[in-house]
Formats: sequence, structure tokens, C-alpha cells
Amino acid sequence: MVRVGVVASSGYIGGELLRLLLQHPQVDLTVATSRSYAGEYVFRVHPNLRGVTNLTFTEFNQGTLTEKADLVFTALPHGESVKYIPQLAKTGLKIVDMSADFRLKDPSKYKSWYGFDHPSPDLLRKFVYAIPEINREEVRGATLVSSPGCMAITSILALAPLLKQSSFPIDAEHIVVDAKIGSSGAGGKPSLSTHFSERYNVVRPYKPAGHRHSAEIEQVLSGLAGEEVKVSMSAHAVNMVRGILCTCHLFSSGSPQPLEIWKAYRSMYDGSYFVRIVRDKKGPFRLPDPKIVIGSNFCDVGFEQEGRTGRVVALGATDNLIKGAAGNAIQSMNLMLGLDERAGLNYAPLHPV
Amino acid sequence: MNTKCAECDGPINVPNDVIVGEIVSCRDCGVEYEVSEIRGGVALLKPAETVEEDWGE
Repeated sequence: MVRVGVVASSGYIGGELLRLLLQHPQVDLTVATSRSYAGEYVFRVHPNLRGVTNLTFTEFNQGTLTEKADLVFTALPHGESVKYIPQLAKTGLKIVDMSADFRLKDPSKYKSWYGFDHPSPDLLRKFVYAIPEINREEVRGATLVSSPGCMAITSILALAPLLKQSSFPIDAEHIVVDAKIGSSGAGGKPSLSTHFSERYNVVRPYKPAGHRHSAEIEQVLSGLAGEEVKVSMSAHAVNMVRGILCTCHLFSSGSPQPLEIWKAYRSMYDGSYFVRIVRDKKGPFRLPDPKIVIGSNFCDVGFEQEGRTGRVVALGATDNLIKGAAGNAIQSMNLMLGLDERAGLNYAPLHPV
Repeated sequence: MNTKCAECDGPINVPNDVIVGEIVSCRDCGVEYEVSEIRGGVALLKPAETVEEDWGE
């Protein structure tokens, strides 16, 4: 059994990490920290875990973590992780960080996208940005891992085959990502904008331009394409609790045909259990839809093409808290520890939800 | 006998006792084919006529 701790585990991502880790056959969950709820039973904050665990939250303590855990997940807010991880990394603990603080390789990008000078630029190179379907071998055996943003991973998985494997030219400077996300993507801290009367029934454009996830999407896609990729992203809050749909638009000067696009997707995701290609001619769910992945670590990807304009529409759907966060992080942990990639994650999605 | 889908290159499983006129479909993309002829033990397929769904939007 691997001993695992979760730092800052009272939020939605922390709660989802706890839920999945408690059911993982090769994990012993030993520590769950929360500054706000230290001393409280975990199930009082995450009521779905009543009867599943009698663990209580503890204060963050580096000594306790190194004593009781072999690997820790850090679910601290952006800008907070970077204050704790440099010391934690020195202990030799394996770390999977859920924040944005170690996702970007170029330190100067933190100033432009997050508004601060990164205090540990050397550490950025040591972290592996982990999407197993993209860089499985790099994740395997890594000690320090940074887990992607939920909209980033969903759009990257939808777009990657077209940037890496396609046999037709893509305009790499004009890629548009239109993302719709449920309310849990905003985290567990309430505000006026998440108040039920204000949030219910919205289709709210909350970041039509300059979304921070653009930086990590560009970083990964540029690496795959072998040239600089520019992504224009717009995000919308919609009337779901969980789920993301990314509708991505690419333009080609050629006229890509369905068969060659199919081949690009098959070639990229052959052997990747958690990515399903959905482009069906039957039934109501013919293309990816978040409704069909809720409760699972699956990312459904699909596409459509428009010969008249040279446009290819690439779609990705995930449960934002699982493949968009905790599930992908645990999948990465499995690789880091040499376990079966599916361990603790092999759940079929819920239906109907 | 197995063959490949012209739409997506996915596998189509054609039963050995298939008869002309029977409909088979692709596991991966759901496209339907009609067995138009059986020649030398091999089923020849043509796209089946399908009714496009009206999504009402």
C-alpha cells in the first residue's frame, strides 16, 4: 500500500481526491489537511464521505506529512502552492500539485498570465505537466508533477491529434476554444456570483478573452505541433454542477476529410483507455457531451468538419472534478508509482444524471 | 468475417451466415451498411439508406 496525504482537502478538488483515494485499492489515505477545518471529521465537510471514512482534518505540518506519507497531493489555491512546495520538495516526497503554480515552463509567463514573479523558477523545470495520454512516459517515474487546469486538459485532448497527427495543414495561430463549465469549476467558496438566484439558469460569459488556461494549452500544443500555437479562449458558466464541454475551432487551407481526421484521433489515442472517440451516427449523444462522462475519468473527444470554410470543430467533454482534476492527478500518481494506470479510477460514468 | 468502415476505418463484424439485404453497422461510428451481394464468401456492403434525424432546432 502507498501512503498518501492531501494538503488543503476541504475544497471540491480536495474532496474528490479524498473520495477517489479512499476507494483506491493500493492507497492508504493517511493525512488530510485543512487550515479552516482542522480537528473536524472529513465527512462534515464532504458529506458524501460519511460512513466511508472517520479521518479528521489536520493542520498542515511538513514533519507529519513526511512521516506519514510517501506521496502528497497539494490542492492549495493558485499563488499559495508556490509558498509551500519548494520546502516540501526538498524532503524527497513525491508531489502532485493541483494549482497553476508549476504548470508553465517559462517563468516570465507567470508575470504576464498570473501577475507575479515566480519565486522558484528552477523548480518549474523539475515539474512534469501531466496528461498521461500526451506524455505518459514522462509522467512514469516522475517525482514532481503538476496537474493541468480542467478546461486546459479538456481542450488539449480534443485538439492534440489535429496538431500532432493530422495529414492536412492547420492554421496554428488561429485556434479558438469555446468552453462551457458547471458551477463546481468555481470552487467551493461562495460569492454573490455563485449565489443560487444569480447562478441558476445562466449562460454567463465570464472570461471571453485572456483566460489563463490559454497559456498551458499553448505550451502543450506548441510542443506537439513543433511550432508556436496561439489559442483564443472564451469561457462560459452554464447551468450544470459538474462538467465541461470545449468546442474548439481550427482552420485548414486544405479540405480535411472525416476518414483522415478519424485516423489522427485513433493514432493518438490508441491504448488510452480514458479517452473515447465519440462521433456516432445514431442516438441522441452523437458527439461528446459532459452529461455522458459525469462521475468518471473519461474524456470524450470528437469532431466535425466543414468543407466550405476549411473549419474543423474538435470537441472535448470531461467531468471537471475527475478527468479535469482529481482523476487525472490520480492517474498520474499511478504512473509515478508504477501502478496500473486505471487503478482506483475504473468507474463507468453515471447515466442518467 | 470482418471488414473496415469507409467512414471511420473502424471494425465491422459481419456474421458468417449473413444474407443479402441484411444491415450491419460500424461499432465505432454507427454508420449502417446493407449487404448488397455475397461473392466468393465475401459480403459486399453499400451504405444503407437512413432517415436523418430532425433535431427540431
